[in-house]
Amino acid sequence: MLERLRRPLERLGANFIDGIWRIGVMARFFGLVIAASGTSFNRFRLVMREVYFTGVLSLIIIIVSGLFVGMVLGLQGFETLQKYGATESIGVLVALSLVRELGPVVAALLFASRAGSAITAEIGLMKTTEQLTAMDMMAVSPMARVIAPRFWAGVISMPILSLLFSAMGVFGGYLVGVVLIGVDNGAFWSQMQAAVDFRYDVLNGLVKAFVFGIAVTVIATFEGYDAPPTAEGVSRATTRTVVTSALVILALDLVLTAFMLRAEG
Amino acid sequence: MERTTIDLWFGAFVAAGFAALLVLALKVGNLGAERATQTYRVEVRFDNIGGLKVRGPVRSAGVLVGRVADIHFDNDRFQAAVTLALDKRYAFPKDTSASILTSGLLGETYVGLEAGGEDKKLADGDRIQITQSAVVLEKLIGQFLFSKAQDDAPAKK
Repeated sequence: MLERLRRPLERLGANFIDGIWRIGVMARFFGLVIAASGTSFNRFRLVMREVYFTGVLSLIIIIVSGLFVGMVLGLQGFETLQKYGATESIGVLVALSLVRELGPVVAALLFASRAGSAITAEIGLMKTTEQLTAMDMMAVSPMARVIAPRFWAGVISMPILSLLFSAMGVFGGYLVGVVLIGVDNGAFWSQMQAAVDFRYDVLNGLVKAFVFGIAVTVIATFEGYDAPPTAEGVSRATTRTVVTSALVILALDLVLTAFMLRAEG
Repeated sequence: MERTTIDLWFGAFVAAGFAALLVLALKVGNLGAERATQTYRVEVRFDNIGGLKVRGPVRSAGVLVGRVADIHFDNDRFQAAVTLALDKRYAFPKDTSASILTSGLLGETYVGLEAGGEDKKLADGDRIQITQSAVVLEKLIGQFLFSKAQDDAPAKK
């Protein structure tokens, strides 16, 4: 009995210690990326190129999902609000849930799976094909030339994508609420404007998106950089990027929301 | 400087981000026209303001005429001192009365203004004298139960 339990327990313990280890290494990695960021700003074109790949190419999925999420919120909200005779509040419901929560969180989840996985796979493959080592041999720091631009590109892209997601979602809610169902146009916008506070709701959402951007890109670049240089290793690293990012985004969201809501008086 | 397609895309991306922020600020949020309207401030004292909040609406005849600018506790009179920022376009008589109301059963708390009949108008820094506090539902129920018990008590003897 004890013999049979030993193996799984050992593996569990090894995984746990490995996890703690990774957190420490990732923190050091984050410090190295920040330290190597000088090149990214001196040669900003490197960052712009990555913004194109991580941000601009994510636009379609972000805009379309934002539109659909907003429309679904509109439909679902209408269904419930109708019972209380408060269908005009549909704008408030759609805007607040998007700007505060869904915009940053869903955009970050999409960003992690659309751009984060690509970053990991690209860096992992560069490592596998020994391009990173080659750079090192030519006295070009891969940290400064490859990792840091991708990190900053993610940090820049994420808030913009989140804003676009929220804006498109509100537009989707407008399409369903006002155009399709026929809620009064004036009440829809005026109630929304009365309820949504720029600093408290919009800027806090932006802070969330910024934090998620840092988290996702650090995880993505680290997993790629740390991936075992085999086909299987890269594939595992890519999976881990998406899973870890999703968990970290949701956990961070809880912490950030708790901090932000506490101030409400 | 040479121009590349990447520059164009980057510019468009950042511009789209700013446009979205602008939409969220002006169309969705309240950073828009409201702040541009000129207001005058009037003070009101209530015994109980219920669930009134800063930036809550001030309505007269159901129309939004201003916002609650500030709420604080007056420690001399043990009352709530509420400052209303009223739209300059609307002038109210000096004997206007203010009351704390709720829109619907579950709706938001707001300040209702009922115009009086005097010729003089309220000016910046004036105080509204006639006020009516919020109706506290628990107190009402308590009173109802109390009177009900009093009615029932003699009948049982």
